[in-house]
Amino acid sequence: MKTLTTTSIAAAAIAAIGMAAPAQADITVVSWGGAYTKSQVEAYHKPFTKTTGIKILSEDYNGGIAKIKAQVETKNVTWDVVDMEPQDVQRACEEGLLEKIDASVLPAAPDGTAATKDFVDGALHECAVATIVWSTIYAYDKTKFKGNEPKTVADFFNVKKFPGKRGMRKTPEVNLEWALIADGVPGADVYKVLATKEGQDRAFKKLDTIKGDVVWWEAGAQPPQLLADGQVAMTTAYNGRIFNAIASEKKPFEIVWDHQIWSIDMWGIVKGSKNMKEAMEFVKFSTGTKALADQASWISYGPARKSSFPMVGKFHDGSVDMKPHMPTAPDNFKNSIKIGTAFWSTYKDELSERFTSWLAK
Amino acid sequence: MTDTTASNADDPMADQGTLKQRLAKAERRNKLRAYGLVLPLFIFSAIFFFFPIGLMMFNSIDNPLVANAVPKTVEALKTQWDSRKDTLPPEEVYATFGKEFHDLDRLTQSRMARRMNFENAGLLTLVRRTGSRLNALGKETEGGLDAITDWKTTLIEVDGRWGDAEVWATMRNIGDPITGNYYLNALDLRRDKHGEITTVDENRSIYIDVAVRTFWISGLVTFFCILLGYPVSFLLANLPMRYSNLLMILVLLPFWTSLLVRTTAWIVVLQDQGVLNDVLIFLHLIPDRVQLIYNRFGVIVSMTHILLPFMILPIYSVMKNINPSHVRAARSLGATQWTAFWRVYFPQSVPGIGAGGLLVFILALGYYITPALVGGPTDQMTSYFIADHTERSLNWGLASALGGILLASVLAIYLLYNRFVGIDNMKLG
Repeated sequence: MKTLTTTSIAAAAIAAIGMAAPAQADITVVSWGGAYTKSQVEAYHKPFTKTTGIKILSEDYNGGIAKIKAQVETKNVTWDVVDMEPQDVQRACEEGLLEKIDASVLPAAPDGTAATKDFVDGALHECAVATIVWSTIYAYDKTKFKGNEPKTVADFFNVKKFPGKRGMRKTPEVNLEWALIADGVPGADVYKVLATKEGQDRAFKKLDTIKGDVVWWEAGAQPPQLLADGQVAMTTAYNGRIFNAIASEKKPFEIVWDHQIWSIDMWGIVKGSKNMKEAMEFVKFSTGTKALADQASWISYGPARKSSFPMVGKFHDGSVDMKPHMPTAPDNFKNSIKIGTAFWSTYKDELSERFTSWLAK
Repeated sequence: MTDTTASNADDPMADQGTLKQRLAKAERRNKLRAYGLVLPLFIFSAIFFFFPIGLMMFNSIDNPLVANAVPKTVEALKTQWDSRKDTLPPEEVYATFGKEFHDLDRLTQSRMARRMNFENAGLLTLVRRTGSRLNALGKETEGGLDAITDWKTTLIEVDGRWGDAEVWATMRNIGDPITGNYYLNALDLRRDKHGEITTVDENRSIYIDVAVRTFWISGLVTFFCILLGYPVSFLLANLPMRYSNLLMILVLLPFWTSLLVRTTAWIVVLQDQGVLNDVLIFLHLIPDRVQLIYNRFGVIVSMTHILLPFMILPIYSVMKNINPSHVRAARSLGATQWTAFWRVYFPQSVPGIGAGGLLVFILALGYYITPALVGGPTDQMTSYFIADHTERSLNWGLASALGGILLASVLAIYLLYNRFVGIDNMKLG
């Protein structure tokens, strides 16, 4: 009898805690927050829960593999699926922090093309599957540069001709590449130059010229906010965030596509996930042709599947045709640079360390 | 039972000893009861405070990875190679390493790569590439890796950096299971290829600067807290109860508000389009909006505000106990108001300033959230780098060493204070 009472009290307590939690989810999906997470919730999470009954808890982070590593090493895995950049996928996979994902189990395209043939180059990794093609661009506030609009990456670094604070992401990636481009290095040679000591010195020297004018951001939702608040006159940003600020909030922002640095985002499943089966179901569902095409109607990121391209239509409110706003649209893609995944998985630690020291001085 | 009762009846003193012993016994019982009362706290502190701190301190010197992964190589490097001669290690070292490293599983190889990278950024790829190349070689070569006779050439072909004595020296330097290297790194020092201690490359040295900055900011904040807090405490202690209670609530209300809320409130006030800038522009006091946040100014202002109650309360409680008749006596003996305050009142309030100052300074040393939110990159204090190494670079050893140094400086300040002021003079209430 006593045990029974204890058990029922415990059960009641657990039930109470369960009810107090915001939502009892079956899997936790971690992504980058703001407009981007919203696009995933609309295109993946909601239809997935509707079809399978599996509930999803959505969490935000700002990239990196530290939190995943901490969870795996302390054997307290609370994240199931994580939206990751390819250089982080590479490192996490090598350190055994991600489950292997067999690409052959992913759903085929509607015309029967196997998934392994349907994804764009580099989108399938032994530990991850890509969902979108996105890009880092810079954007400015039109009202601040009337008749004197910045057009190139060099203009971003020119505070004399284009006065005002600059927003930049607090990581060495993209900033160092653009510093070199602004300093006259051709786009094709950027990673070759950046691999040398002289090239790195040159990039940091160029960054020095605007260091005093930079406001650093970490979360993807910050740059449109910095622009809107007038804290900066121009800022580097993820193209989809700026697009959404223009399209849904009618902000007077303009995107500069010169030397955009594009990349992909990938789903990885954390090693030792307690909901492996559901997590895998989710990855399969959300990398299907329709889910990827649907997402493109919520944010201007290109789908990672070729079969999704023709299905990309208008913004979800029907106002804008999405195609010309994708990073891969021919006009935008002209002198684009693909993020150096191999370069960064090699030099990330070294350059991050130097970047942190440089910032702190 | 009956026996004792009987004997007790005969002579109550017989087996209870002397009065002294009985007193001691009663005393002991009281002591035990007292210990019993503090026991839960003691256990709590032991589990949740001393144990984790001990673990952290251990982390800062614990270095088992390389020693466990390639023990024979480390041994060979120490015994068969003299790095002072500026030559590469002998063939045996290369051979031992090649075989030993190849036998490791991929995960250990990868972890070893990361550990080497902490010491010498860039080694990550070298070690990883070597792992996968050796694996491929083992399959391609007939007879497997055992057939390789010239390991030196093989490894240098895999990656030219194996021909750099520095790389081997790094492996030897971190080959001990217990290391002081993390502490060296935390002081902008490192071991060079001869095993001697030198300063790190100028591009990478930050921690001394950061430590100086941490002390400087804490000192400034303490100074401003005394400057602002002393008059407030004086008012609190000397106004009639009616007003002083109201004033006290004004001091305590922010004290009870969450740190994060207060910091965010300062962001609202200080930002470019914020309240303060708006007011200054409206009053035509400044022509353009000025930068008040994401710089040193913002950090000092908000930290001073947040830590002010820790200064006011100790000073107030000391002032409350100063006998007002002392000042009156001084005045009646002809002292001016200022002399009476400076010669009689102020010296008696110094223990409060000491207590408040120590409290504020030590709390400020460990501040993290406030500088992170309202400071720029050049205003970050030691705690920021501890968090950075815990969460981003995953160099937990270095994070622990930085924490260890911070803890040691707090203890040092306490000891200095005790030596020159005397902890007995400190009054918290």
